[in-house]
Amino acid sequence: MTMKKIIIAATLALSVAAGACAEEPSKAVGASAQTASAPALLTPSGQVPAAYATPVPVNAAHKRELKANKTVTISMFAVIIGITLCVVIWAARQTKSAADFYAAGGGITGTQNGWAIAGDYMSAASFLGISGLISLYGYDGFMYSVGWLVAYITVLLIVAEPCRNAGKYTLGDILSYRTSPKPVRAFAAISTVAVSTFYLTAQMVGAGKLMALLVGIPYRTSIIGVGILMVGYVVFGGMVATTWVQIIKAGLLMSGAALLSILVMAKAGFNPIAFFDTIVNSPDIQDHVSKMVLRDGVILNGIDAGQRFLEPGLYLKNPLDQISLGMALVLGTAGMPHILMRFFTVPTAQAARKSVIIAMFIIGGFYVLTTLLGFGAAIHLTPQGIISVDKGGNMATLMLAQQMGADIAPIFGDLFLAFLCAVAFATILAVVSGLVLAASAAIAHDIYVNVIKDGHADQHEQVMAARITSFVVGACGIAIGIAAEKQNVAHLVALAFAVAASGNLPVVVMSLFWRKFNTAGVISGLVVGTIAAIGLVMVSPNMTYPKVVAAGAKKVVLVLEKKQASLPAGAVLEEKDAKALAKAKDDAQLDGTSMMGLDKPLFTLKNPGIVSIPLGFLAAIFGCLAFPSRRSEEMFDEVYVRQNTGLGMAKAVEH
Amino acid sequence: MAERKYDWKAIAKNPKFVELHHRKTVFLFGWWAFSCVYYFLLPIGAAYTPGIFKIKVIGVINFGYVFALSQFVVSWGLALYYAHIANKDFDRLTRELIDELHL
Repeated sequence: MTMKKIIIAATLALSVAAGACAEEPSKAVGASAQTASAPALLTPSGQVPAAYATPVPVNAAHKRELKANKTVTISMFAVIIGITLCVVIWAARQTKSAADFYAAGGGITGTQNGWAIAGDYMSAASFLGISGLISLYGYDGFMYSVGWLVAYITVLLIVAEPCRNAGKYTLGDILSYRTSPKPVRAFAAISTVAVSTFYLTAQMVGAGKLMALLVGIPYRTSIIGVGILMVGYVVFGGMVATTWVQIIKAGLLMSGAALLSILVMAKAGFNPIAFFDTIVNSPDIQDHVSKMVLRDGVILNGIDAGQRFLEPGLYLKNPLDQISLGMALVLGTAGMPHILMRFFTVPTAQAARKSVIIAMFIIGGFYVLTTLLGFGAAIHLTPQGIISVDKGGNMATLMLAQQMGADIAPIFGDLFLAFLCAVAFATILAVVSGLVLAASAAIAHDIYVNVIKDGHADQHEQVMAARITSFVVGACGIAIGIAAEKQNVAHLVALAFAVAASGNLPVVVMSLFWRKFNTAGVISGLVVGTIAAIGLVMVSPNMTYPKVVAAGAKKVVLVLEKKQASLPAGAVLEEKDAKALAKAKDDAQLDGTSMMGLDKPLFTLKNPGIVSIPLGFLAAIFGCLAFPSRRSEEMFDEVYVRQNTGLGMAKAVEH
Repeated sequence: MAERKYDWKAIAKNPKFVELHHRKTVFLFGWWAFSCVYYFLLPIGAAYTPGIFKIKVIGVINFGYVFALSQFVVSWGLALYYAHIANKDFDRLTRELIDELHL
């Protein structure tokens, strides 16, 4: 016990030290969040790489900057860290058995779990990215958000209750019930670790860039700081601490979004029709849309351009890619190991059902509010102003908070911005903790306890294994986060969903509902689905193709040189254009092939789901028909009765 | 861990269980298919019938916006409807079955 306290104290000291180191270099950087590169929060779909879109000239009047008050922001971070560490100390005291560590002893209520699911699911991409998309592209940003909620219908109707009734701690538990446990657990663990790693990498890199942008903490320091906290939560507090960090985060996120929405709507007199009228009639939005559609050779001006902002097609230009992403979301969410794991924390199927419904209202309500925030940002900050701070629009919500607060009193601007920065910070912590827990459960419970030790490990050993694994997984997460700083990770979130939808979901559904399903089916489904999703992304436009980049850069060079030639003698290009020209000239020299040795993408969609999901299902079906197993068929009655009635369940609750 | 032994085969053949299983399957997969079709109408409609999405419904608010918003309402409605049916029918059938099995 004393040892534990010392380690907790050391963790706290380390994170404070990390914060202190950040003070020095950041003074030089200044707290100004001016940046050229968009943090990799969202997966752009069917969009020209921002760097090569025709540069939108920024009118000096629109130029804005985002300055977070460092003292206020850091103190809010400290408050959040303080509260969560208290939760961890409290949770560590009650984490004694493996059931406590992985499933909070089955003692989480439906309502608590609903908030925790929402907290686990809504990442910084939802919080900052989607409202940013709406503020720049209008309707398409809103349409993009819909799939993230609809995905929960699959969770609610197909997986939540059966998993609660048939599972214990991990995906491997559900899949190995009537199959050969060892190989199935091993493959399930590999798939879980793959999905979690992709998602975790995207979150860590996003976290590092976000912290650098918001409070000027250097990238590495932020990753190490976030990593230490995440490891601390999971190693000491297990599922109990992770759950409460997620609940706290969801509460903060919803209050921030609701408060900001009220301020935005107050400006429109709480009249939605007037609110939308303002959008259509805003000269800045009209101008922004005119320039966007001009790139496609369409001329639109005035109120027509304003109306266009509320119509589809400004951002999502490839319908097949959208459908493919939609499939990955609708089926992938239900196959996400960190989401499935949440259902083992409640005592009954009824509680699991209730928790999904509560989560759906929180998540859906949040996305509806996001629309108000996105459109509000477009009205009050102008799309041009938002782009001048961040090309991807990721800072729109934060800028809006500062503006809305400052309209009341300058100090409120700082406070509100600091509060939302703290919410973003809590968001990152909650999501990464859930991922680390899911990955370590797969390694410790499936591989170590059940494959290596044949299930013969006492509670103490199991908890110890879980803690050590979480520590190692967290450390790997930090290392990957640092290594991936310069990589394009935006597609990794979509990839995680695609792997979950193509590999995990087909085998989970068939294990629960198909009599003939067996070991061969699980393994072939997992392997083919996962490899198909990853393989297709490796040859998709998500990778960098130097020759394609060079071709794009050559076009930019042509346009800019023409512009230069058309200038009156003696005049030079604006600084921004000159920089773009220099970069384009450099890029035009690029040659070589992508990581896979390709000149151009083999598969033209960014989202592999539309191909890899059917492949995953087919592989599972063929694998199982090719190698039938009598035992699996005979045991189906047991699994089916269990998953429907919950008879013989109650493993996590014995306590 | 090994609590009491159940005769799973007999339970699976119990008429109450058969009824529960049948009702659940029809409800769950039917409504799941409905929600998928309804959802995919959004990206497909936005891409292939943008004309319909542009029709103004209330003031400047167009059909596309209302349709996207309706996705939220339909999802919530379906969730509540499922909770209602599950609490009323599925849970009752399950309870009756368990009572019948070992009183």
